[in-house]
Amino acid sequence: MLGFALRRAALAVAVGLAVSAIAFLLLRVSGDLAATLAGEEASAAEIERIRGLYGLDRPVIVQYGEWLLRSLRGDLGRSLFYPESVAKLILDRLPNTATLATLGLAVALLLSIPLGVVAALFRNTWIDRLALALAVLGQAMPSFWFALLLIFFFGITLGWLPVSGTEGLANFVLPALALGWFSTPVLMRLTRAGMVEVLAADYIRTAHAKGLPVRTVLVKHALRNAVAPVVALASVQFGNMLSGSVVIETVFALQGIGYLAWESISRRDFPVVQGILLVVALFYVVLTLVADLLNAWLDPRIRSG
Amino acid sequence: MSGAQVTRRARWRGNWGLIIAAVVLGAIALMAVAAPLLAPFDPYEQILDDRMLPPAFVDAERASPDHLLGTDNLGRDYLSRLIYGARISLLIGFFTMVVSGVIGTVLGVAAGFFGGRTDMVVSFLVTTRLSLPVVMVALAVVAVLGGSLQVVVLVLGLLLWDRFAVVMRSATMQVRSRDYVTAARAIGCSVPRILWGEVLPNVVSGLVVIASYEMAQAILLEAALSFLGLGVQPPLPSWGLMVSEAKEFMLFEPWMIMLPGAAICVLVLAINLLGDGIRDLTAPEGRR
Repeated sequence: MLGFALRRAALAVAVGLAVSAIAFLLLRVSGDLAATLAGEEASAAEIERIRGLYGLDRPVIVQYGEWLLRSLRGDLGRSLFYPESVAKLILDRLPNTATLATLGLAVALLLSIPLGVVAALFRNTWIDRLALALAVLGQAMPSFWFALLLIFFFGITLGWLPVSGTEGLANFVLPALALGWFSTPVLMRLTRAGMVEVLAADYIRTAHAKGLPVRTVLVKHALRNAVAPVVALASVQFGNMLSGSVVIETVFALQGIGYLAWESISRRDFPVVQGILLVVALFYVVLTLVADLLNAWLDPRIRSG
Repeated sequence: MSGAQVTRRARWRGNWGLIIAAVVLGAIALMAVAAPLLAPFDPYEQILDDRMLPPAFVDAERASPDHLLGTDNLGRDYLSRLIYGARISLLIGFFTMVVSGVIGTVLGVAAGFFGGRTDMVVSFLVTTRLSLPVVMVALAVVAVLGGSLQVVVLVLGLLLWDRFAVVMRSATMQVRSRDYVTAARAIGCSVPRILWGEVLPNVVSGLVVIASYEMAQAILLEAALSFLGLGVQPPLPSWGLMVSEAKEFMLFEPWMIMLPGAAICVLVLAINLLGDGIRDLTAPEGRR
């Protein structure tokens, strides 16, 4: 286990470094930083002075090292648009995105597990086919379009829910539905496949033969084993939701880091984009590391692989 | 119900999906190719007197007989823009799939065939790629490089190869120790020749399913990027861009977002069903 954990952790560190290098390079290629900092009316001499002042004339690798050390201490630089530090901007908006992603994951699990179980129980009937059709249709819809449809029906036509802003929990309902909907098909298929496999297992037959109530067999014996891979995938989906929330947050004008990313990209505030990219990517690295280690701890077969 | 019956039914059903998907996809492709012949108007021509005319099935009184699916806020014929939009979706979907397919297949086959250090490097690359938030990176790169079709294809191609690599890796690992590969080695074939002549033909069948899936992903992503204003640029009739342009009129003219959105949905659905159908044909036990 220790060997596996060390190897996996080393991979995570290498990936973290690679991701940080990409985030660093993004800001570099986005334009001449010294010219941006100096302002539009600066002379060539002033730009050169700023280049020296900020150390932008030194080798890129040195600059990267310094930037990385500063970033690890929580100093992500300053926004070109807001009079605030990038770290503060991200920290202010992070709770909204975390709330959205958590609610989105809840929506996805509440939809996908019951649907997957029912589809498996009524395999090859119209119920199964309906669930599959829903999954196929769900995968084919553009997320922004589905979000607009939700706005149109629940926000405008029915007038039940607010369609934009971040004031209260009601503002999160439609975005969470939109975000959760897109993780539902894959989680549902996995639940269905897991249930189909488990239901055919010998211990289920034994449980039935012992005369246990059907409900006990399904919930205690079957579901518990079938959802293990679903839970593992759900952690990855949670990471995807953090990054997928760019589209959804923008449609609903929800003040999370996804919306901040889109706004910052649109107004070419690349220090903020760089910071968000770094935070989201590193979060994903840590999340998958923890998920992998948990899985290996639960299932010894993975460790040797 | 016997097992054979189930299998036959599954196959039969898979084939129907496959046939419908192929017909729909073929029709869209034909529409894209023959767009100048089929489109009743120039998709860029603005007839400012005829702005936002609804289709006849939405509002027969305001509708114009010339514009079957109405006009947009600049008086451009909606049907013509939808027909030309198919070109953008298919072009970006296809070429992104080719770029990502080549990258992913090369990496996956190399990792599976050579194993060891090569495998480690590829798995590092895949993990790094998966850690990058696709939409955010694509938006940022398009913002830096500009939103041309080529840039969108390149960015998406460089971001969507991971599934190709993972699937090709495991397929190659299964093929690597087969007798025909060993035989080719024994008679002294060079490594490139073994890879090209023995390994690739035997792993390529799995490619079709991922390729269809990735093409669908690319089309959805292009639509999302264009919707967010950082993909294909106006006045090109990208379906995602059309939804974005119609968004502010959604309250009174909801059909304007429905039509291009439904177009994306139908195209992606057809591509996905085609992939599923091919998978069921080649491996009917895939769907249990």
